[in-house]
Amino acid sequence: MSTQKNFEEPSYLEYKGKYKGIFSWILSTDHKRIAILYLFSLLTFFATGATLGLLMKLELIAPGKTIMTAQTYNAFFTLHGIIMIFAVVIPGLPAVFGNFLLPIMIGAKDVAFPRLNLLSWYFYVTGVTLVLISQFTGQGPPDTGWTFYAPYSFRTTGNMLPAVFGAFVLGFSSILTGLNFLVTIHRMRAPGMTWLKMPLFPWTLYATGWVQLLATPIIGITLLMIIAERTLHIGFFDPTLGGDPLLYQHLFWTYSHPAVYIMILPAMGAISEIIPTFCHKTIFGYNFIVASSIAIAFVGYFIWGHHMFTSGMSGTAQYVFSLLTFIVAIPSAIKVFNWIATMHKASIDLQTPFYWAVGFLFVFMIGGFSGLILGSLATDIHLHNTHFVVAHFHFIVFGGTGFAFFGAMHYWFPKITGKMYDSRWANTGLIIFFSGFITLYGEMFFLGMKGMPRRYYDYDEIFHTGNIFSSLGAVVMYFGLAVIIINLISSLRNGAKAPSDPWGGKTLEWTIPSPPPVENFEEIPVITKGPYNYK
Amino acid sequence: MYSTTGIEASNYVSTYNTAFYFIAGVSLLLLIGLTITMLYFVFRYNKKKNPVATQIEGNTFLEITWTVIPLVLALVMFSLGWSGWKSTTKPPKDAMNITVVARMWSFLFVYENGKQSPDLIVPVNTPVKINLVSLDVIHSLFIPDFRIKSDIIPGREKFMWFLPEIEGKYKIFCAEYCGLQHSYMHSTVNVMSKDKFKSWYAESAKAVTVAGNASPADIGEAIMRAQGCFACHTPDGTKLIGPSYFNLFGSQQTIIRDGKEMTVTVDPEYIKRCILQPNTDIVKGFPSTVMQSYRSTLSDNDILKIIEYLKTLNDK
Repeated sequence: MSTQKNFEEPSYLEYKGKYKGIFSWILSTDHKRIAILYLFSLLTFFATGATLGLLMKLELIAPGKTIMTAQTYNAFFTLHGIIMIFAVVIPGLPAVFGNFLLPIMIGAKDVAFPRLNLLSWYFYVTGVTLVLISQFTGQGPPDTGWTFYAPYSFRTTGNMLPAVFGAFVLGFSSILTGLNFLVTIHRMRAPGMTWLKMPLFPWTLYATGWVQLLATPIIGITLLMIIAERTLHIGFFDPTLGGDPLLYQHLFWTYSHPAVYIMILPAMGAISEIIPTFCHKTIFGYNFIVASSIAIAFVGYFIWGHHMFTSGMSGTAQYVFSLLTFIVAIPSAIKVFNWIATMHKASIDLQTPFYWAVGFLFVFMIGGFSGLILGSLATDIHLHNTHFVVAHFHFIVFGGTGFAFFGAMHYWFPKITGKMYDSRWANTGLIIFFSGFITLYGEMFFLGMKGMPRRYYDYDEIFHTGNIFSSLGAVVMYFGLAVIIINLISSLRNGAKAPSDPWGGKTLEWTIPSPPPVENFEEIPVITKGPYNYK
Repeated sequence: MYSTTGIEASNYVSTYNTAFYFIAGVSLLLLIGLTITMLYFVFRYNKKKNPVATQIEGNTFLEITWTVIPLVLALVMFSLGWSGWKSTTKPPKDAMNITVVARMWSFLFVYENGKQSPDLIVPVNTPVKINLVSLDVIHSLFIPDFRIKSDIIPGREKFMWFLPEIEGKYKIFCAEYCGLQHSYMHSTVNVMSKDKFKSWYAESAKAVTVAGNASPADIGEAIMRAQGCFACHTPDGTKLIGPSYFNLFGSQQTIIRDGKEMTVTVDPEYIKRCILQPNTDIVKGFPSTVMQSYRSTLSDNDILKIIEYLKTLNDK
């Protein structure tokens, strides 16, 4: 790849376009600026969701009323779920790092449809706003849980319709981003970049794009059915109209389970970038990692029923879904083996992003293994809807996706901002965060095994000790998060200037200046070698 | 630390344990093995110890090995879970039939002879089949010490069954979120010796059991306790999801009927209407459509006793 040249073009941060001030951001069609828009909206929602989570854990530190009423608690877990799932984790890595880096990593000047890309952000903000408004305009405060299960959600507030409509608009944001990435990857790779010379982060975005495109429309169909039920009184879901609440669960999970893979695949992609860079070594088993991403995306469509083992599906459905759930674990395991094998005979530079990747591997394994326990029928019947499930999905979604998000943030921070951050504070924050995380969610496995159901405002005395540990963990974790974020923010002002390739990475984003110029490349590079070529 | 396994009190405990300990054991070994390998690599191959990396593209033999072995393990795990679960779908023919009626936020257990109880009382070593009925939203009957739960879905015929193996009292929780008082929707399974159960079962076939010389008001209170009225309405003036019974009888209430506000006096006729058609008159400031009609469970005679009880809740 070419050596760095002196670009005359200003960086995307300095560029003066048609608009000034805030408008130069919210009307920009530059994929890099749109990524920053997503980053800021996402972090705002994340801070809100995390604070709600902390308050919930403080309530649970003792049985009975501690700091809030049952009504407030129910509202908090509903909002925490909605915000974290729909506004933070689903857009998550694709919207922020995918937008910023996908075009650069495949040697393109922008995504295929830059205006559609901006429109996606507007859909995202509108969708989140609609969902949040719907939660405050019903008869009472929101209290349905993020799953909106029928018939409870129909009975309590009557504002089910705007909530699902919000999810529908968010769905369009997701579909358009997926479509945009798919076309970009198909049509705009640099000359010479064949499919198997493409880096792994774009590969996972490609697999994710198909899931977004094919699974998300189901939420649209569900919306149409809810409208027909509410206005024409055709009984689909509501038993008082002759409908079946299980149909709602099927439709909800047919979308929401693949959505888990929208969350985790790009996270796996980011980890696949970080590990070879800091190992100074080509990734082990590139082809197998690519194939496993596709396999996860494909099998991931057919396992939604494992959310419904106690709901009374037919026996055949139960064991088929259970079997497929065990099958989907295999490609994830293959990835883990390849990542660890990459470290063998490497020359590891121990920097913050690599620590995040090691942390990711540890918590992701715990999340995955606990998923096996839940995928097995005999054990799920006891553990379903207990704190064990809460622990499992926080290990996957916050442990997996969250660790990868912070890892990606520390990995690409110099590229995105042009500044280096203070590694000592970054590592300190990581250690505090990690200890809090394990105490908070690790304890929940034991609470669940003892039988503490989820979404419980108050609990039996037998669960008290575990909840004390868990709540203290939450405080520690929140403090760690604050250290991490404050360190990054202060580095924006005080950090040293970042070189174009601070870590010795080999993918294309490290060949251009930090921060990148408006058009990314002065000259589109010609690719002759694989993405992780350290020879 | 506390014991995480609890008490092992039903036929499902051993199959649960087999699946759980196999999956968790294999997982733990893999987790520890992989973590140690990873940390060893991080330590052994860091930049200082190994300045130049050896470039290795991959190894097909290894890839096949670490695909096939996990696949075999996963299939064994699946089959253990499957075989443990299969029996839950096939209740023995001689199982005792009990119906649970779940509503926000209480369970009521109805026996074949008409006996009703807010607790589940069963004889030891006798298979019990519970028919699951919900009057409003989805609930879930969860007995942690039995390792079993099943959702209770309105409008769907479902059952669960189990064989209680040790006498004692065990907790029942509602495990599907069902609204404001979800975490207070619990009950107890009382597993008795067969003889004790027989005498309890024969004792009185009446809906509610109270002492022989109970007053109508006492019977009214027992009926309300069995029906779970106090989950939403308190006798002491505390406001929950529904209005309190304190100082209610004979008072003036502002209600909403057909969207219009009006004032009514709480008399026997109004109380009867509230129990049988709960969504006709809604007391101002309270949500509608939360309460279900009790037409099928309460007789006129029951309602008269309830009214007698409500009268005792006024300030003297």
